[in-house]
Amino acid sequence: MSAGTAATAAYIVAALLTVMSLAGLSRHETARAGVAYGIAGMAVALVATVVLAAESLTAGAIALLAVAMVVGGGIGLWRARVVEMTGMPELIALLHSFVGLAAVLVGWNGYLEVEAEGAAQTTVAPELVGIHSVEVGIGVFIGAVTFTGSLVAYGKLSGRMKSRPLTLPGKNALNLGALVAFAALTVAFTVTPSLGLMIAITAVALALGWHLVASIGGGDMPVVVSMLNSYSGWAAAASGFLLDNTLLIVTGALVGSSGAYLSYVMCQAMNRSFLSVIAGGFGVESGTASSGTEEGEHREVDADAVAEMLAEASSVVIVPGYGMAVAQAQYPVADLTRRLVERGIEVRFGIHPVAGRLPGHMNVLLAEAKVPYDVVLEMDEINDDLASTSVVLVIGANDTVNPAAMEDPGSPIAGMPVLRVWEAKNVVVFKRSMAVGYAGVQNPLFFRANTSMIFGDAKARVEDILKAL
Amino acid sequence: MRIGVPREPGARETRVAATPATVVGLIDLGATVVVEPGAGERASFTDDAYAAAGAEIGDPWSADVLLALRTPDAEHLDRLAPGTTLIAMVGPARHPELLADLARRGITVLATDAVPRISRAQSLDVLSSMANIAGYRAVVEAAHRFGRFFTGQVTAAGKVPPAKVLVAGAGVAGLAAIGAASSLGAVVRATDPRPEVAEQVRSLGGDFLAVEAGDAAQESTDGYARATSEAYDARAAEIYTEQAADVDVVITTALIPGRAAPRLLTAADVALMKPGSVVVDMAAGQGGNVEGSVADEVVVTDNGVIIVGDTDLAARLPAQASQLYGTNLVNLLKLLVPEKDGRLVLDLDDVVVRGVTVTHHGEVLWPPPPISVSAGAGGNVDRAPVEPAAATPVVAPAKVASPARRYTLIAVAFALLFAATAFAPPALATNLTVFVLAVVIGYYVIGKVHHALHTPLMSVTNAISGVVVVGALLQFGQHGTVVSVLAFVAILLASINIVGGFAVTRRMLAMFTKGPAS
Repeated sequence: MSAGTAATAAYIVAALLTVMSLAGLSRHETARAGVAYGIAGMAVALVATVVLAAESLTAGAIALLAVAMVVGGGIGLWRARVVEMTGMPELIALLHSFVGLAAVLVGWNGYLEVEAEGAAQTTVAPELVGIHSVEVGIGVFIGAVTFTGSLVAYGKLSGRMKSRPLTLPGKNALNLGALVAFAALTVAFTVTPSLGLMIAITAVALALGWHLVASIGGGDMPVVVSMLNSYSGWAAAASGFLLDNTLLIVTGALVGSSGAYLSYVMCQAMNRSFLSVIAGGFGVESGTASSGTEEGEHREVDADAVAEMLAEASSVVIVPGYGMAVAQAQYPVADLTRRLVERGIEVRFGIHPVAGRLPGHMNVLLAEAKVPYDVVLEMDEINDDLASTSVVLVIGANDTVNPAAMEDPGSPIAGMPVLRVWEAKNVVVFKRSMAVGYAGVQNPLFFRANTSMIFGDAKARVEDILKAL
Repeated sequence: MRIGVPREPGARETRVAATPATVVGLIDLGATVVVEPGAGERASFTDDAYAAAGAEIGDPWSADVLLALRTPDAEHLDRLAPGTTLIAMVGPARHPELLADLARRGITVLATDAVPRISRAQSLDVLSSMANIAGYRAVVEAAHRFGRFFTGQVTAAGKVPPAKVLVAGAGVAGLAAIGAASSLGAVVRATDPRPEVAEQVRSLGGDFLAVEAGDAAQESTDGYARATSEAYDARAAEIYTEQAADVDVVITTALIPGRAAPRLLTAADVALMKPGSVVVDMAAGQGGNVEGSVADEVVVTDNGVIIVGDTDLAARLPAQASQLYGTNLVNLLKLLVPEKDGRLVLDLDDVVVRGVTVTHHGEVLWPPPPISVSAGAGGNVDRAPVEPAAATPVVAPAKVASPARRYTLIAVAFALLFAATAFAPPALATNLTVFVLAVVIGYYVIGKVHHALHTPLMSVTNAISGVVVVGALLQFGQHGTVVSVLAFVAILLASINIVGGFAVTRRMLAMFTKGPAS
């Protein structure tokens, strides 16, 4: 057994632990064990690599290495401790950008070690240099797209950038052009590696990542974040090819396919293809929001009336959306849930897959407020029970409860699966104003006979209801 | 889509699978309905009434979908074209040979008695509908044979005490029996191994006799009662003996999925009962809860106790049973015809559809993969046996997608992969193999993740993708200052990811708590 074979063995163990980690996350009961497996896997991989690397390093270099890891780990721990659950999407986007940047740096190092040295290099067998160059190109490209894409996503999610989609003329042509340019540059780079080409590839990729995400609107963020999750995995896998490192390939591919799967789930939940999400927001796609003009009489109620309605209800379903996260209303909502349950009223939550800015975001917020996870149901689990529900409270959701998706074939959101809240006996919609949702479509739900509107800040309104109860 | 409704062949079957009212519901789904002449006769529905509701009167056996109560006999099955869908109570757990035969005939069979017990399937749960009727009828049968009032009275001719009724098993049938008996004025007591049904028993006017034996409490995970422990059985037997000596009427409804009915009352218990007492054994068809009961017969014991073993209780209210059964079928078809355009779509990814589909495309799909549900309201001791299915995963057919396009894409992907690997040097080929396999594993592992855990999943994969640090670690200090500086930065960034990602995931998961068992 040499340090090399030991490291390979450790990598296999680490890869298996990673698979077990993801498998563990499939259920609540095993999720914590899953994270433990993940940590163990990562620890095994790191120890093996550090031991392997330390063989050829001076004591000073090892100390520097330790500093980098400890400082990085410290920053990570600090951010993880202080982040608000509502800020989870931003944090995750930011973390994606780090992986992207790290992959770019690893790619550049690959270039500096091999291609930049020319014939003098000894890292790679001469006949494999061509392949190495392609790998450098792809690795840097994916990493750079992930990096700027995630930064823009972070900016949009944290409100540092406008969440409106950027619409440059011919933006699809721009994206496509960037891909073609990348392919051409990589071919050129493979034939004659040069610093200029390397910079060009990096620049094209950075620009593409920025433009790609900048042209997607805030409501499509669940898809974008999971897409970037996927990219960060592919970036790690590309680095693995570059360094001929199996562990990187395996874990990168696992993460990549996980992100891709989540993107797919999100797209299904919006009844849109992945390409149409990437190609731009709803308004751009459909051109005219013709059904956005439907008007009617809506009925406004006050907190006392809602409290009365709830007191008489036998079952209540709460449908939260991004508005609940914005208003930080999850705590009063959780209190309301407890109060209603104490009165013997059945309270459940209905979560649309794309509610929030991150897959599963609502579940985390409700969990934070100590709502038991077994009353938090997915759209498909609750939809058929809505007809027998006394009161549905829609808190900060709009497009995900829009009946036009099912009834109006001309609507831009036609065919999108929605929560059929209008089938319940009473619907109460918490809303700031009568403004339209992300898709720019008017919601006929607000004008239905069994719908009442309660306007204002969701948190304040829910607290009013709590007082009135 | 043509839906056929036959006259049930058996002489004892009085019900019919559609009534004039449910025919309207079927036509609303875009179907044409063909009713066999005389199909509803025994349930008091005339051919004219069906015709008035919009049905044709004619030969139902050539239809695309056949609605029935029982599986037709071989002679009638021969008249069904392959590809026909048969919807009936086929009893898949008890008749494997029948399933094989139906699959061989190419008939798609949906077993209405195999609906999974989840809340959204309640509206198509035929067994609950039938159990409800049977429970009511059991009380009527008992009252019919019992030589006294059920209710207590004070008359000029003296005081009449109310009858005492014991209902064993508070499932759907048991609860129906409790309701019917207490509304006749009897004093009703009920037993059940699941303590959580006590409330339901009380709400219908019965007293719940709890069996106190330490470990007895059963929590039902699949909505059905399970076998009980020995300590429990011993204590329960004492209760039955005590009660037998006291009560006038006993109605037993205890069934455990996939097993013979448990023996609740022994011959000795029955011997303790007063002459003229009535026992209705609703499980007589599955071996009986009462020693001495005979399926489909009324037995009078030596001490004058009448034991009723009728198995066709639901069929004795043919009009009511047909109406409920027919409505259950309309609800099932609503699920199968989502567009209401008369096209039957069998979405085997839907657990309800998957549960009822027992044969399809010549294959036996029974038993379905297990699903665990928390049955809230409505108990279920009295269900026909439905196996708590052993996990035999059945490959569900792929979703609707244009097959040509799909296969072309797959072929192109394989060709590309083949070319990439064939022309690549060996080292790259190995890496590609590892990569492709890891992608596939990732897809399957992630596909099972619970929707509520998507955010933790993202943060954990985030931490895992920080594994890129391994690359930077190997580059550090090897090739001069620039490389080392870049590697240093990469290590720092990736470390933030690893530690931050795992820490935040742990923090999130610690928040997820399960509610108190409801």
